[in-house]
Amino acid sequence: MRAAVIVLPGSNCDHDAFYVLSQVLGVPTDLLWHEDVGAHGHTPLLQYDLIILPGGFSYGDYLRAGAIARFSPAILALSDYLARGCGLVLGICNGFQILTEAGLLPGALARNITRQFICQTVRLRVENADTPLTSALQTGEEIELPIAHDQGRYVVAPNGLAELKRNRQVLLTYAGENPNGSEEAIAGICDPKRRVFGLMPHPERNTELLLGNGDGLRLLRGLKQT
Amino acid sequence: MPAKLARPSAETLAAGTRQGLTPAELARIVEILGREPGELELGLFALNWSEHCSYKSSKHFLRKLPSESPRVLQGPGENAGVIQLDDELAVAFKVESHNHPSAVEPFNGAATGIGGIIRDILGMGARPIALLDSLRFGEPNVGAHRNTPVLDLLRGVVAGIAHYGNCVGVPTVGGELYFDDAYADDPLVNVLCVGLLHQRGERGLQPYGAVASGVGNVILLVGASTGRDGIHGATFASEELVGEKEAKRPNVQVGDPFKAKLLIEATLEACNVGARRAVPLRGQAQDLPLLIGLQDLGAGGLSTALPEMAARGGVGIELQLEKIPLRTRPMTPYEILLSESQERMVLCVPTGSELRFSRIFHKWGLEAAVIGRVIAEKSFIIRQEQHLLAQVPIEGLAGGPPPPDCALAAPDVVGAGLVPALASPAPASPQPAWEKPADWQARLLALLAAPGIGSRRPIYQQYDHTVQINTVVGPGAGDAAVLRIKDTPYGLVLTIDGNGRYGALDPYQGGAIAVCEAARNLVAVGAEPLGITDGLNFADPNDPEVYWAFAQAIQGLADAAQALEIPFVSGNVSFYNQSVRRKIPPTPIVGMVGLLRDINKRVPMGFQAPGDLIYRIGRARGGIGGSEFLKLFYGRGEAFVPNASPLLDKVELAFESRLLQAMRALAQQGLIRSAHDISEGGLLVTLAESALAGGRGAELDLDGRSEAELFGEWQSRFIVSVAPEAADSVARLLGERELPWACLGRVVPEPLLSLIGAHDHHHTSLHLDELRQAHEQALEGFFA
Repeated sequence: MRAAVIVLPGSNCDHDAFYVLSQVLGVPTDLLWHEDVGAHGHTPLLQYDLIILPGGFSYGDYLRAGAIARFSPAILALSDYLARGCGLVLGICNGFQILTEAGLLPGALARNITRQFICQTVRLRVENADTPLTSALQTGEEIELPIAHDQGRYVVAPNGLAELKRNRQVLLTYAGENPNGSEEAIAGICDPKRRVFGLMPHPERNTELLLGNGDGLRLLRGLKQT
Repeated sequence: MPAKLARPSAETLAAGTRQGLTPAELARIVEILGREPGELELGLFALNWSEHCSYKSSKHFLRKLPSESPRVLQGPGENAGVIQLDDELAVAFKVESHNHPSAVEPFNGAATGIGGIIRDILGMGARPIALLDSLRFGEPNVGAHRNTPVLDLLRGVVAGIAHYGNCVGVPTVGGELYFDDAYADDPLVNVLCVGLLHQRGERGLQPYGAVASGVGNVILLVGASTGRDGIHGATFASEELVGEKEAKRPNVQVGDPFKAKLLIEATLEACNVGARRAVPLRGQAQDLPLLIGLQDLGAGGLSTALPEMAARGGVGIELQLEKIPLRTRPMTPYEILLSESQERMVLCVPTGSELRFSRIFHKWGLEAAVIGRVIAEKSFIIRQEQHLLAQVPIEGLAGGPPPPDCALAAPDVVGAGLVPALASPAPASPQPAWEKPADWQARLLALLAAPGIGSRRPIYQQYDHTVQINTVVGPGAGDAAVLRIKDTPYGLVLTIDGNGRYGALDPYQGGAIAVCEAARNLVAVGAEPLGITDGLNFADPNDPEVYWAFAQAIQGLADAAQALEIPFVSGNVSFYNQSVRRKIPPTPIVGMVGLLRDINKRVPMGFQAPGDLIYRIGRARGGIGGSEFLKLFYGRGEAFVPNASPLLDKVELAFESRLLQAMRALAQQGLIRSAHDISEGGLLVTLAESALAGGRGAELDLDGRSEAELFGEWQSRFIVSVAPEAADSVARLLGERELPWACLGRVVPEPLLSLIGAHDHHHTSLHLDELRQAHEQALEGFFA
């Protein structure tokens, strides 16, 4: 297995994702500058089994989080990557925001209902363990992951929500308190084909016992096993 | 020099005075130049000789601070101090204040404060890995009103720190916050940034610095373009804020953390590239791209950064103004030179390598322009096209102004004059019964809920404190923050501390205690303190009593650092924190960095296991002066307690040193399960915090003790918990070192904090839920 972490201007969890994938999970991983990918770049994405869009403030989150990044060569290349290959895409935090802006995942992420940035560890309920990302977990179990975002309130149109539920695309929900006011407390989703994943919580921040209980590693391990 | 030039002309005097230069300074300028200065030259001197940039009133005293240890790679005088951890790793750190800008425009003032200190760390070639902040505001007085001016300031400052720090991806891992009306007009915003330096190629661990050298070499301006913002920020920081604060808003810069993030990555890439010799080009080994030096553009912009680089390299710099990328046109030479536009740095690179370095910045979407060259003549020469606009000797600019003759005078009553309320006679309220607490539960709950003591969660949860995945102990979870350093067994331990009330009561003690308290924070975790950075916040140094207090505080800082053998490696002085109504009390703030050789040996703050014994280690008696308890229950006037005790208990430095060594030995030998130093709020608050942090109750034999004992803040004390089987070893170690200690009780499985009567075994207790509720409500509604 081979993974790539896309570096956009303003990414700030790129090194974290790289460290966890390569050092903690032991997956050969490259940090890829976003312009080195795609139509004019020299690095084909198809050589990777997993593409990570890391957290951060790509393009300063100006306009809206992810609204400018979706035009980056690396993001534009994702449709082709998904159409021609069988690899997976995981967007974490800002990465999730970009995936919704790019139309690769449904819904959108709006400003937290508190109108403040929130950084804390939250409890999450696993809603569907039957996807590559959540395969190492059990449906119904609770895990702990940190969140750190200003625009994490998941919103989706009523018919979109019905579809998410019908296809069992909701992966994680906030258990107990819904910190940002997300629709149905949704914290993470996937596409109908289970190849594109978006999470507001940061699994890469809880993969070592020094930093937490390691639930993030249990989650990410699912990707390695598939 | 013709005699008629020895004195500045009337025009120069008038123009210079407008820029804050004194007649003595103007005379010296004329002497240095041998002629009248031009407008641009006058601006150069005004900036370089401002208090903010030249440390003219403080330099003399700052030399007293000890700054040497075998680990110091870079001491005071650079953009940041650097301490070596081992053969491959070093840490760079510094405190910077952004008090005036934050008073005027809290959001952008605080945000650009973060930007500035991050660039200082970057200037050493270090990657910023942590931020801590030290904040002071007036009393919040939150009653029916949720929109007091103090809360507006607090919200703005916190939002500014969050906005900038979160976006650049540097975790805010700790900090401190006090409220006191003495800061109502002059809030303090001091920020500490810590960076990590890895060994780099041929450079090894040698940090970069703000230096230009090698005649013909290139000065590269990188980052953002230059605009009209923040002109005269440094001179504005060097005077009292008078009149309408709104009028000063244009002096405050606006930060762009996104650009800052790009600048961090690009600059570090340049530092890495610049540490290696070039690959052979056309078969020839090239010796080119060793980055020579770099400097952030902060206060004074190019006008101060370039002379500083030239002075350090013993060279001159010739600047071509038309080469500077501008954000807005037209701009006058004066505006270009003095602009404090954020997110800019200057690099000095070998001639021939400018393209290679420029390309790095262009990749990140940043400007990079060759704006000048290093010259042999030790002058700062400024040209626009062919026109010579300024030619000033570097030494004259960077050497600083003639020392101002500030007088020193001790006030009649210590504390009076610095804090007006202290000068008033003791209030008419009945003499408090120090002997026996009226109701310890009510008092403890009130203290835990006090804005000065309670939980800071509403603030720190707005800061990303887990990014970079190093935060092992974050804000609110311990006496100090603990970061792991990847691929090593180390823990980097960080704190920032300072108590202005102590400074008001006794500036010497305020300084000494700030050092001791910061060291205690680190030692409580089990770390070895390695270095200090200081933020010295004072009122107008031309006031003899303020200046006296400044000298006293420095002496206190110096004596404590000497006794504890911790060097000062960097710092910041902020004067003129006063308004027509009030002056801030002397507020020396200490940032300290320590090392845990084995991060797994860190000692937690909370009680761990039922049955563990609870010890108080350290001084066995003291008073109640200067305490949060007095402030809360008897008003500030009674921080001065007539006939009860001295104003403030004095810290005994030799004792402190012995105590800290013993605490480190206890941690290293694994003899203690938890440790927490006793500070604001006193003994009971400390016990409650340890109970809350561990989620364990405690039974304590403290019933009937005096309020001074339960709530006094006398120095040099810790609360530790000890497994019963380790009790003998702990007693032996403390006995050998002749340190007083007492067993206060034990950790219990029930979630209750109980005080047991010595004779009747009568329990009075509080449930941990009540304690937690009080603690969590301290800042409740402040950010709603």
